[in-house]
Amino acid sequence: MPLPTSSVKIYPLGDTAVVLQLGDEIAVETHGQVKAVVRFLNQHSFPGLIEYVPAFTTVTIYYDPWLVSEWGKSDPYAAVEENLRQMLAELETGSETEPASVKEIPVVYGGEYGPDLAFVAQHTGLSMAEVIARHTQPEYLVYMIGFAPGFPYLGGMDPKIAAPRKEVPRQVIPAGSVGIAGVQTGVYPMETPGGWQLIGRTPLNLFDPNRAEPSLLQMGDVVRFVSISEQEYNALKEEADGD
Amino acid sequence: MGIKVEKPGLLTTVQDLGRYGFQKQGMVVSGAMDSFALRLAILLAGNPENAAALEITLSGPSLRFQEDSLIALAGANLSPKLNGTPVPNHRPVFVRKDTLLEFGAPVQGCRTYLAVTGGIDVPLVMGSASTYARAGVGGWNGRALQKDDVLLVNLPTSEQLQHWQEKCPAGEPFLVSSWGLSRDLLPAYSENPTVRVLPGPEFALFSENAQETFWNSEFKVSPAADRMGYRVEGPVLSLKEPVELLSSAVTFGTVQVTPSGNPIILMAEHQTTGGYPRIGQIISADLPLLAQVRPGAKLRFRQVSLTEAHQLYYRREQTLEHLKRVLHLQSKR
Repeated sequence: MPLPTSSVKIYPLGDTAVVLQLGDEIAVETHGQVKAVVRFLNQHSFPGLIEYVPAFTTVTIYYDPWLVSEWGKSDPYAAVEENLRQMLAELETGSETEPASVKEIPVVYGGEYGPDLAFVAQHTGLSMAEVIARHTQPEYLVYMIGFAPGFPYLGGMDPKIAAPRKEVPRQVIPAGSVGIAGVQTGVYPMETPGGWQLIGRTPLNLFDPNRAEPSLLQMGDVVRFVSISEQEYNALKEEADGD
Repeated sequence: MGIKVEKPGLLTTVQDLGRYGFQKQGMVVSGAMDSFALRLAILLAGNPENAAALEITLSGPSLRFQEDSLIALAGANLSPKLNGTPVPNHRPVFVRKDTLLEFGAPVQGCRTYLAVTGGIDVPLVMGSASTYARAGVGGWNGRALQKDDVLLVNLPTSEQLQHWQEKCPAGEPFLVSSWGLSRDLLPAYSENPTVRVLPGPEFALFSENAQETFWNSEFKVSPAADRMGYRVEGPVLSLKEPVELLSSAVTFGTVQVTPSGNPIILMAEHQTTGGYPRIGQIISADLPLLAQVRPGAKLRFRQVSLTEAHQLYYRREQTLEHLKRVLHLQSKR
């Protein structure tokens, strides 16, 4: 299915980037189009293309005007836009037949690993076991990676376990913490301050600069959380840190 | 053997042109705040453009050279001295073994770059030598320099050094090159610059009053100004109506406005994505001006067209191309 090019907006972000906007709200269909653009760019680079950043409804393409314009001989923005329009005309969004495999994220819930699990249970009127059950049930879609290295924006959380941010953010949140903020859930890849309600922690290393793909999760991945024991956490943590 | 850090200074980090290709994984670009000054220092030192140099901030370090070295400084004037004698920016300088480089009062600008012929030898992480200290990635052990660190330096070729070793009088700790860059090659650095800006993707969402205010008012750089971004203070910039935006890419020079109505200008260590409305985008050619201002500086924003921004981009690249040719000839002498 080709992209409905009439609904696509193309506009500059400064003098070195072009934004391709494929929709106005978070939607699985728009995400599919973002993925299709990314797949195309991976296969069809052009001189002066630096990199691209996919987000919920946009793909931002960074370019070097000096190279794209062939050392100042042509209009680089027009050239990049023309490239993108050609790409959109060729793009087939339905061509991806293989569904993404589900990546499991082991999490030890509650206790010192998830000090706010009791609060989330109390706030939602559920038992702690029910919060865990509802958090581990869905398959979450990684819409984008941003905010911090390796931080996944996940879609698909059960709204019944939604909880407000903490009024006073924590100074330090340990790496691997799994939290809830409003109807969002996520995992902190590195130690940081933050206001999310922490319900558990994963032993996996979400971002490792020395891996070929530093981010464990990529845009388009499907994720499920799996409840583990503290012993399993410690064993997995040792494995992850020993890499 | 290399460069020993006797005093680290306020914030001294290894930087190059940045870490590209991983923003889609949330990794920030980092790299030099004033990439033009970085490139000048690197070219003057005779290094390839992707080499790493030290970014020195306001209050400079004390560095002891453990080998005969060839260096160049570019960017801010932070009163550099070799064994107590002032040395100029923007010229190659031969430095004998055991000489001490120190900095004094910051006279102009905020950041200066020290390039050493042969290049600073740090492992590349994700393809770059840039330090991103918040994540402990890159540069010297993922952090700013500290006292007693010894930076490894790839030694210059004996050919590069021999000429200087012969020319530098015996007993003299250093020799400044007889030629240097003309000042008119440098950007129009200023304590209180006017920077040129393209309207941002959400410019039209701001009230007419805010749009006009943005172009016609003075904004003060607050003390919360670092490699990640500058908070600036001025008249409040209001939206026509409140909006909830979805996170999308932001970049070096993006001017975003927080719900309080105050702008934040994103700098070299900007996050890859953000959700605040983007009122403007500072043009690439003027980012060095911004990199050199200090907290308290007064900024003005002037609108230009995308075509003009690209022309200014080309002019900067042409300057560097020209410089490369001249330096190439110089090295043949």
